Amino acid sequence: MTGTLTTDAPTDRVDSAGGGRRSTGATVARVLQRQGALLILAAVCVVAGIAFDNFATFGNFSAVAVQASFLAVVALGMTFVIMTAGIDLSVGSVFALGGVLAAWGSQHGALIGLLLPLAVCGLIGLVQGLIVARGGLPPFIVTLAGLLFARGLLLALSDEGATTYKVPEGSWFRQLAQGEFLGLGLTVWIVIILFLIGGVVLHRTTFGSTILAIGGQEDAADLMGLPVARTKVVAYLMCAMLAGLGGTMMASYTSSGVTVLGVGMELEVIAAVVLGGTLLTGGAGTVLGSLVGVLLLTVIKNVINMVGTLNSNWQAVVSGVILLVVVVAQRWLAKIERR
Amino acid sequence: MSSTTATAERTRTRIDLDWVRRNGVYVALVALLLFNVVATNNFLSERTLMLQLIQVTPVVIVALGMALVIGTEGIDLSVGAVMALAAAVIPLYIGYGAPLAILAALTAGLLCGALAGSIIGFVGVQPIVATLGIMVAGRGVANLLGGEIKSIREPGFVALGTGEFLGVPYVVLIAIAISLAVWFVARRTIYGRQLVAIGGNPRAALLAGLPVRRVIITTYVVCGLLAAVAGVLMAARSQASDPTKLGLLMELSAITAVVIGGTPLSGGQVRIVGTIAGALLLQLITATLIFHNIPDSTAQMAQAVIVIAAVYVQLGRRKGSS
Repeated sequence: MTGTLTTDAPTDRVDSAGGGRRSTGATVARVLQRQGALLILAAVCVVAGIAFDNFATFGNFSAVAVQASFLAVVALGMTFVIMTAGIDLSVGSVFALGGVLAAWGSQHGALIGLLLPLAVCGLIGLVQGLIVARGGLPPFIVTLAGLLFARGLLLALSDEGATTYKVPEGSWFRQLAQGEFLGLGLTVWIVIILFLIGGVVLHRTTFGSTILAIGGQEDAADLMGLPVARTKVVAYLMCAMLAGLGGTMMASYTSSGVTVLGVGMELEVIAAVVLGGTLLTGGAGTVLGSLVGVLLLTVIKNVINMVGTLNSNWQAVVSGVILLVVVVAQRWLAKIERR
Repeated sequence: MSSTTATAERTRTRIDLDWVRRNGVYVALVALLLFNVVATNNFLSERTLMLQLIQVTPVVIVALGMALVIGTEGIDLSVGAVMALAAAVIPLYIGYGAPLAILAALTAGLLCGALAGSIIGFVGVQPIVATLGIMVAGRGVANLLGGEIKSIREPGFVALGTGEFLGVPYVVLIAIAISLAVWFVARRTIYGRQLVAIGGNPRAALLAGLPVRRVIITTYVVCGLLAAVAGVLMAARSQASDPTKLGLLMELSAITAVVIGGTPLSGGQVRIVGTIAGALLLQLITATLIFHNIPDSTAQMAQAVIVIAAVYVQLGRRKGSS
């Protein structure tokens, strides 16, 4: 899936283009390319803040943060997988499966509600990772099959989607996502903690450097003696567990396991990661960028809801157009930078 | 090397395995057909078989376009959204008659393909991202244009969906005609050869002076156009346009059909007959599970395992041949 067709394809990466002197234009281009989503996010926030009285309020921001938190947890895992030049299409189904498992499990105790989805979703991720890393099958196909499998399992668990499991009243499992700390929903705190850990793991550990090395050039990483297969397995495992955790948080938030969730979520998550500056060819990007991508998509939804007169379908149109504009701009800026 | 007989024997088994691998999709298709002939009541009735063919037409048409795109080492995630968009355009123009409405729908597909092709060919954005953007935005536009489900009662348009010629529905005839045309284009034209060369090695193709951008853009235009055709046919069959549901997850079905038909995702090969067989196999798997009252959930899990197995078998072929 690396169908880029420019003559100057070899230096496709932001980081590898470095070295030597840089012109001011190149530096500006580099900042724009890396922080494009952040700049758009800031611009949208400023405009919305002026246009709507109730946008720039703490209440609205914390509501947006809670909405974004489910997507953000999934995007964190996807970031790691994409950085290995892989992709995980199963996250939407795994998210929904995690939610149903959590709601079902919480009837037998809050701890089961928390651990069961992590275990089952983790197992799916482990199998996907093993098939990709050891079997050498394309991640696109493996995780596509994972999407079907997880959705099938979810339907089987819920009697073809007819049964919705409820989280029992008074279970502390509900507090997981419905509770608040310092005025912010607990899911937001979970996201903040996970992204801090994710950032440290990616940028400060050997595991993180191995992930980036695999995405940069897998053969080279292999020849250097890095544990390529094991690292890839862990990346897919993490991604599925985080998707399951996202579903668990959603189940806690809505107090039930909703089977129809997560359809098309994989693509929203990939869009967020790409918006955040992570290249689908792997090897470059930041965890924080993905968070910015998620926030941008969520703020767009929020703003379109506020306009009120606008049909909610504008969300999809605006998100899609912004994605296209950002990737085209990234490409174009990368060319300027290389000059 | 010392024992020649052992080597010969190993070569023979290798060849046999290779034959199965290369023709796995046909083997599976025939096996499943035979199973149904034996185990399914009324399977061989004209009605049952024709219904299967009608149901598989959209997937075949979309998968043919997808096969060409995958041949260029690309991918098109926007096909499902393009189907919905094309169908959503129909009610807007149906007042001016069916031909104009269909023309407008096909134009919408063509424009989506041209946009994807341009972003990929000129700017060098990865196909998966470019078509993802169009997929998200396209479905949104389809919903904006179409809104809720709209029924389409124009007699000319309805005839397209329900009409028959010598007992074969128009939609099936159209799918057959498109299959032949795409096969001819992929196998017998310069464009087809250039497409495969570009997918095999884009850089070499560019250095060899092939019109890389033109071929890329043309391919996405063809894919968008075929998706629009599928969308129009589905709208004509159901006599309605449902922008939220129409073509949902079609991109995944089409990609699966192409891949189990033997076209590698890494490009450089296009297998048209395999793609059609792949689509038929997927349809027959679903139908078989329904015939035997196997719940949807089990059916989906079975499909997942079949997809992995099919790709694994092909991977063995590629390793074996190189």
